Order: sequence, then structure tokens, then C-alpha cells
Amino acid sequence: MEKIITVNNLVKKFGSFTANDNLTFDVYKGEIFGFLGANGAGKTTAIRILCGLSSPTSGEVKVAGFDIYRETEKIKKNIGYMSQKFSLYEDLTVAENIRLYAGIYGISPKKRKEKMAELLQKLEMESAKNKLIAGLPLGWKQKLAFSVAIFHEPKIVFLDEPTGGVDPVTRRKFWDLIYEAANNGITVFVTTHYMDEAEYCDRVSIMNAGKIEALDTPEELKKRYNAKNMDEVFLKIAR
Amino acid sequence: MIFGMPLLQLLILVFAATFEMKSIDMVVVDKDLSETSRELVAKFDAIPFYNLELAVPDETIGEDMLLSGDADVILVIPPNMERNLVRDDEAQLQLLIDAIDGNSAQLIYSYSSRIIGNFNQHLIAEWKGLPEFTPPTEVQISESYWYNPELDYHWFMAPGILAVLVTVIGMFLSGMNLVREKEIGTIEQLNVTPIKKYQFIIGKLVPFWVIALFDLSFGLFIAWMVFDLEIVGNLLVLFAFASVFLLGALGLGLFISTVSDTQQQVMLISFFFMMVFIMMGGIFTPVESMPHWAQVLDRANPMYYFMKIMRHVVLKGSGFFDLIEEFISLLILGLTFLSLAIWRYRKTS
Repeated sequence: MEKIITVNNLVKKFGSFTANDNLTFDVYKGEIFGFLGANGAGKTTAIRILCGLSSPTSGEVKVAGFDIYRETEKIKKNIGYMSQKFSLYEDLTVAENIRLYAGIYGISPKKRKEKMAELLQKLEMESAKNKLIAGLPLGWKQKLAFSVAIFHEPKIVFLDEPTGGVDPVTRRKFWDLIYEAANNGITVFVTTHYMDEAEYCDRVSIMNAGKIEALDTPEELKKRYNAKNMDEVFLKIAR
Repeated sequence: MIFGMPLLQLLILVFAATFEMKSIDMVVVDKDLSETSRELVAKFDAIPFYNLELAVPDETIGEDMLLSGDADVILVIPPNMERNLVRDDEAQLQLLIDAIDGNSAQLIYSYSSRIIGNFNQHLIAEWKGLPEFTPPTEVQISESYWYNPELDYHWFMAPGILAVLVTVIGMFLSGMNLVREKEIGTIEQLNVTPIKKYQFIIGKLVPFWVIALFDLSFGLFIAWMVFDLEIVGNLLVLFAFASVFLLGALGLGLFISTVSDTQQQVMLISFFFMMVFIMMGGIFTPVESMPHWAQVLDRANPMYYFMKIMRHVVLKGSGFFDLIEEFISLLILGLTFLSLAIWRYRKTS
């Protein structure tokens, strides 16, 4: 399988604290890669490095074939990112946010209009098109943030705890969107600490205290740790 | 807010920030109580902005009033003034002036001594029988004030205060805006896009640039309505300079916000620069009379150039080529601050 992200001996230190301790892993093209770990395990640090928001202390990282040190801007053309903290403009409308990001990625107005109409219909948000984001329910905001992150059809999308704080039904619907993106050929790199979500991933890595403790398909992990579900696997590792 | 506040400031500040003496509290200690001394006191009393406190028997009471701030100046007329004047052709008067504010002290001194001088001439004329006010040997000076013929202080202050207002609006708004994006996290979403650093900074610059220029037009209009301030020079020249000046002011604001993490930091640092820029920019005190080192420092102060330009174009009607040096200096400063902002803006931490 074709590798789309390769990470070798990635280290990130903040002063004397090591947030990412010698991470080595690959992500294959088209898969849904789950990046699991407890709070503070170093998931967000790693995802920020892969997106080019933070530079590593040492190690070798390639994203979409580009080097993280020298070709950050090229990487940025090929990725989408949805941060843990909602970060669309609350004081702009839904349509304005889409227009802003479409413009930055250089999508033509004609294509943008078509895609926007299609998207709002899919999300059943046509009525909210000209409403300020600030007034939308959290579930809508998250779906919108995800849709904006993949609006320019990137090769990889990074999702940092995309479903934090929403109910199981909304989470399930959100995962439908993720599957759809994956079916369209977008590689999904997702961090979460909901273990039921881990089951939806093709492969998961489990981090603990800055290190990757395990990396495999959910089935393999359950077998290896002799666990009924991912919850037990996680507890055995993170203890 | 962005338009209401500057309007209020313009009106309040231009009226309030004045060096003109409109009221002088004078205590007269008349120990002579002669015809001449009363005549002198009457001279002062006749001038509307002198508020006289008479019949104070000795200096100590007067000095107490100076100390308590009830008096600005004491005029002491010693005993036997009239007699000395008649006998010796010479007499002495004393002025004690509260010089906490050196500027007004100087003004009080020069007003008062001029009144006494006139009185003196009047005496000479009367006693020696010469025609009043035209002693044969005096050089006559006739004065004519150019560019502000009525010495209207508002005309001097309004362009200066407008310059300050436009700078404050531009610098604070641009600085606050960028750092606010850091605080609420929206900047992350921009930083993962392939947007170029200069595109980002220019995107942050343009809206506030337009707002500041609009504020300037609005302010000039108000100054014309309220203070009758007519722009002698070319409006286009003024706006050309303002546009270039704002590049620097906004660039500095943006630069400050790229090195700050919170709005408090931006406030504090911007405030520091604003204070220095305004005080050294020549709004109250002429830059030409500052010490040499301060004048050298002012070469890097965009406010200094803009203050000068505002007054020269508005009051004097200076054209573009009269101020070409200032234009080039502003352009260099503007490009420097902007480049600093672009250079310091980090998409990767």
C-alpha cells in the first residue's frame, strides 16, 4: 500500500518536557487512521506537527510526499485540518466562512457556488446559509467545520477530537461524513478518546505519555490484548 | 464606536487642550495707596481676563494665596512708589508668579510686564508732556500672523489631534484584531492553509486602513463645521500622505500583535509607542526646540512627519513637493514596519 504519511523518530520537546517521544509510524493512502490516547498523551502535539503548525525538535516527517521542514507550504495545499477548538469565524455567516476558505485555497467562484449548494443540501443546512455561525448548535458547527476542512478536496484531513462534547447520535452522523470522505479517497487522520469511535477506524495507534504503545487494526489489538472491545484494550495499555 | 469616539475626542480635546490664557487670578498688594498705584491697578482691572483681588495688606497673605492656588500672580507695589517716581524718576514693582506650569508663568509675565510697560510710557508722556504712545525714539513694530491670522488655537490643535486620533484607531484596531484571532484560535485554521504571509498581513491591513482614512475625512469635516477650519492645501495631497503614514502606523500595530499573545500585551506595548510618538510628535511642543538627540530620535517617529504634514497642508497649503522629504521618510518607515510585521508573523510555532 502507498504510504501518505511517514514519521520516523519524531521528537517534540517543550523545555524539559517531552511531548512526543520518538514516534515512528506510517499512514496509508485512503485509510481512516485513529490516533488514540488519554488527555495529555501528546496527540494534539503530533497532529499539529503533521499539519505544519508546530515544528518538531527532531525526526523525519513526510506528509503527502513533502518534507515537514522544507516544504511546509506545499503540504498545506494538500491537507485539511479541523482543530479541537472550533475555529471558523463565529461572527461571519455560514456562506461567508465557506467563501473565505474557498478563496484562500483558490477555488473558482463558479465551482464554489456549486459545491456550496451541494454541501448545504447534504448537511440540511440550507436555511442556515446566511446565519451567523455563533448561533448554530454545536453539532452543526462541527459538521460545518469538517466540511470546510475538506472543501478544497485535500489528500489528507486531520481531525483533532472532532466530536468532543456532542451526543452519540450526532457523533454517529459525523462519522457518516468521515466515511463518505474516505470513500472519496481522502485519507483521514483522526484523534479521539471515545473508544467506540476507535472501532470505526481501519487502524489505530494508542499513545501513552508521549509514546506509541500499540498500532494495529482494532481486531488485532483486541486479540493481542485479549479484550472484548477497544475500551478494555485502552485500559490495559494506558492504565 | 469607531466613529463616535473620535468625534467626541476631537470636540473635547480641541476645546480643552489649550495654552491660551483666558483667566489670570492676580492679587494686588498695594502698600503705596497713591494716585499712581491706583491708576496702575485700574489698568489691570480693565483687562477682562485679569481677575483682581484687591486690598491685600501684605505679601504673606498673597503668598499664602499663591500656595493654595487661589492666585496665579502677585503684584507688589512697595510703599512710596509714587514719591520715588517723582523724586528719583525711578520706582520698583514686584511680580511673584506661580511657575508650576512654566509656560503659563511666562505668558503671565509677558502680559503683565507689557501692561506695566504701557503704563510706564503713559506716565512719561503725561509727566513730560510728550504725545502719548509715540515717543520719538521708539521703533514701531506692526505684526501680521500668517497662516493663522487670528491666532486661533483650535486651528493649531485640530489637525494635530486628528493626526493622533487616526493613529490610535488604526494602530489599536489592527493590533487587537490579529491577536484576538490568536486568543480565540481562528488563526490556526488560517495557518494550515497555503496562504502567504504577505497576503495575510495585507488582508489584516486594508480594512483598518480604510476605516482610518474614513475617520480622517469625517474628522476634517467636523473640524470644518465646528472650528471653521478650512483646508488651504490640496485634499488629495493630504490623503496621499495620510495613506502612506497609515501603512506605518498599522504595520507597527500588526508587528506588535505578531510578537504578543494576548490583547493585554498589545495594549501595553501599543500604549508605550503611542505615548512616545504623540509627545515627541510635536502636538504640544515644537520639535525644533527639543534637544538634538530627541530630534534625531524623531526621524523614526511617523507621527512627527504626519503632524507636520497635517498642519502644513491644512493651514499653510503646502504642496506635495514642499513635503517630498517627509513623504519619502514616511514611505521608508511604513515599508519597514510592514516588512517587520510580515517577517515576524509565524505560521509555524
